[in-house]
Amino acid sequence: MRRRSLIAPIALALLVAGLALPAAGVSKGSGSAVPTRIGAGEGELKMVAWAGYLEKSWVAPFEKQSGCKVKPKYANTSDEMVALMRSGGGGQYDMVSASGDASLRLIFGGDIAETNVKLVKPWKDFHAAFKSPTTNTVDGKHYGISLQFGPNILLYNTKKQKKPTSWSAIYDPANKGQISIPDNPIQIADAALYLSKTTPSLKIKDPYELDSKQFAATIALLKKQRPLLGKYWVYASDQIDLFKNGKSTIGASWPYQMSQLKDAKQPVAAVTPKEGVTGWLDTWMLSSEAEHPNCAYLWWNYVSSPKVQAMQATTYGETPVNKKACKEMEKLVKGSCKTYSAAAPQAYYRSIKFWKTPLTDCGDSRGKVCMPYSKWVQAWTQVKG
Amino acid sequence: MAADATSLPEGPPRKGALRASSAVAWRWPGAKAVGQLGLPLAAFLLVYVAALVALLVSSFWSVDEFTSEVVHTWSLDNYRILWDDPTYRRIVLRTVGIATAVTLTCIVIAFPYALFLVRVAGPRLRVLLLVATVIPLWVSYLVRVYSWRLILNPEGALNWALTGLGLPGQNILYTNWAMWLVYSYIWLPFMVLPIYAALERVPGSYLEASADLGAKSLTTLRRVVFPLAIPGIAAGSIFTFSLTLGDYIAPGLVGGPGSQLIGNVVFSNVGIANNVPFAAAFATVPLAIMIVYIAIMRRLGAFENL
Amino acid sequence: MFTRGTRVGLWIWGFAVVGFLWIPILIMGVYAFNASNIQSWPIPGFTTKWFSEAWHDQEVRDALWLSVKAGLTATAVALILGSLAAFALSRHRFFGQHAVSFIFVLPIALPGIITGMALNSFFGFWSIDLSFWTIVIGHATFCVVIVFNNVLARLRRTSGSFFEASADLGAHGWQTFCYVTFPVVRTAIIAGGLLAFALSWDEIVVTYFTAGSQNTLPLIIFGKIRQGTELPIVNAIALFVIVLTIIPVFIAQRLTTGGETERTTAAR
Repeated sequence: MRRRSLIAPIALALLVAGLALPAAGVSKGSGSAVPTRIGAGEGELKMVAWAGYLEKSWVAPFEKQSGCKVKPKYANTSDEMVALMRSGGGGQYDMVSASGDASLRLIFGGDIAETNVKLVKPWKDFHAAFKSPTTNTVDGKHYGISLQFGPNILLYNTKKQKKPTSWSAIYDPANKGQISIPDNPIQIADAALYLSKTTPSLKIKDPYELDSKQFAATIALLKKQRPLLGKYWVYASDQIDLFKNGKSTIGASWPYQMSQLKDAKQPVAAVTPKEGVTGWLDTWMLSSEAEHPNCAYLWWNYVSSPKVQAMQATTYGETPVNKKACKEMEKLVKGSCKTYSAAAPQAYYRSIKFWKTPLTDCGDSRGKVCMPYSKWVQAWTQVKG
Repeated sequence: MAADATSLPEGPPRKGALRASSAVAWRWPGAKAVGQLGLPLAAFLLVYVAALVALLVSSFWSVDEFTSEVVHTWSLDNYRILWDDPTYRRIVLRTVGIATAVTLTCIVIAFPYALFLVRVAGPRLRVLLLVATVIPLWVSYLVRVYSWRLILNPEGALNWALTGLGLPGQNILYTNWAMWLVYSYIWLPFMVLPIYAALERVPGSYLEASADLGAKSLTTLRRVVFPLAIPGIAAGSIFTFSLTLGDYIAPGLVGGPGSQLIGNVVFSNVGIANNVPFAAAFATVPLAIMIVYIAIMRRLGAFENL
Repeated sequence: MFTRGTRVGLWIWGFAVVGFLWIPILIMGVYAFNASNIQSWPIPGFTTKWFSEAWHDQEVRDALWLSVKAGLTATAVALILGSLAAFALSRHRFFGQHAVSFIFVLPIALPGIITGMALNSFFGFWSIDLSFWTIVIGHATFCVVIVFNNVLARLRRTSGSFFEASADLGAHGWQTFCYVTFPVVRTAIIAGGLLAFALSWDEIVVTYFTAGSQNTLPLIIFGKIRQGTELPIVNAIALFVIVLTIIPVFIAQRLTTGGETERTTAAR
């Protein structure tokens, strides 16, 4: 006689119970009120950053003078930064060096705390354009402190390539197998920027707001480019390796790679092609669930000061937002202030098409017909095949 | 009299809580089973299986395009995109293709090796070689993949050896060939161990009987040893197939532009684009493939050898 | 029973495979002493500075400790849950038995990214913060399976008459467990536990989704590989781990194959 065991019914009941209860649904950090003074440091600061933003040369002195131990987590794309700041319900990390295509998403998602700019002394020395840019200021409220900005450059091996003047070099079959571009859906904007100058009939004004015809043309160009590529680089170190061992001699890159390769005595140089460049304006933002806000304010004061701005600018290869940094940059590397337009960055700033989140609302007379970012991500998967 | 001499000595007192509970377990085996199985099964169902079901459910939802918050509106949109776009089919085929190639390669390499360990190597050598086979599993998987990048590098060790021997250098880094090579290398111990366990259980008398009946080594291998090893091969293949099907790290490190696998798409949609519903929808593909694969392998007896 | 030719072939194959497995590891070991940051072959010079740099890096030490803690905790959980489940499934026939053994195979049969994603969503759904314990839960899922399989295999190979004989001699259930069952499965439990610890130690795919800002050793290694500026440190860490683990793995192997070897020689 086979005894009917209790196991199956019990198991089923447990399963149903496990799923039946809805999530508690904790509402996102209304967080604490904006602080009015900086308290004592909490001893630790967990930060999500771009590679090259937390170099020992300026982090170590900060740790010593503030007592806040920096724990870095490096991310490779803005999407990753958003995911990290949201992971585990938020609050896993205190600060993030968000670019324009992540900052607003984070702010509107409730992940970022408001900043009291009065507590960040160097803020008043910023160029006007960077005190309250739309990427980190909403309705007059500040969410973070601008950090630095820079372009996405065209990097090439001076020994193996003639100096290019146009982005066409990375679409040129003559360079087959030698090209490396970032593995990042936002690259679609770079291709769109190129098309805006080479195919004016498409009437692309904003490379981040593309309607279906413009988008299709851009994707077609990227699909044609795919067989010419040596690699889609995911990590900056990947592209550095590729250039070092000669597998790539031309590609879309960041100033970080160029300065690292130059330090390694590699024959590289960068150009700003005639079609223009995309770029990023980065902001250090504080999580709405941060555990170490005092250390965060200490960091803001530190990293916005002229000396540190200069150090980061010359090491990474970007432009500081603090007016007083130019003098310090000249002390570190002669001519760097001019190279990075640190003294009068407005014209330079306006020439760069900064990263921002593509939305359905084109923001102009076309209305809500543009491709949102989710379509960019799907299209990017198609392009890579 | 004789009765005294043969009476048994006093045993331990037959009462107490332990004995009582043991009696309960004896009379009601169902209760015993629930007691033993209850805790692990509950843990698994409430956490693991519930998570899988929740993932499946979320594949029918979508994300708000701006804030990336999950929106609980039910639709088949994610699946429609997967079906309409040929890219995803291509990626699935590529992944399954590489997984199959890797599995077959591992079987070909592992079977003679396991045979060597069981039948030819002496006991001391056997333990030594088994240790040598298992230790690579303790070396970080990332480091092992990365070490192949160093080796396959145009200026790396492989080309140094090839050119030293007068052969032309290779350039397979950042291609699917490199991925096939690396995967076969990494998963090899997972294939060796189950095949070894299966071959170990083949009594030597079988082989002797086969020889007595006039079969040469190759015939014995083919008709006696190999069929008995099939459960072990099936078990090992579950590992190699499943591990390749879900991997996303190797394509980034040693793969090239045409090397996207299922794991990469899922990963980039979860960890990067925050589109968990879409990733979940795509994840049902390897899930379904593996469930079918496991069912087939179970028929071949794999579960006895995991 | 094999011809000479077959034996020679198998010897060559055996050593070729060992070479295939170990040469990349040895090369990586050599790179751990690389004096320069450029990873070309042959390496330009030798230095031991990477080992001291790795040792003095607080992050690396924290990650090492976290990996050990997580591994031990997950293994402990796995030993209890896995053994219990194995005992239940080896002795009883019940409705849904195949389904249960199927469920217990899923964590290692399914790609890790699915487990990782599922747990990540699950924790988010229930507003559980990612922490050390979520890492342990993630690891425990496949650790339980490893122990379960090992113990179940051993129990299946053991004749049921042992336990019946014990009962005949007057032992109650718990005594039988102490004196008969446990000694029989002891080495399987140890071997299962060691393998589970090994898998937990090296796990990256699931851990990536279940760790918050904590770093296990594989996560640190992953981060450093992406950073790209301190790669020889990664090699130094890996070499250190190999040297550290040779002894436990050797012991585990002796424990599992010790008995088997005797049985097979007898069968010959």
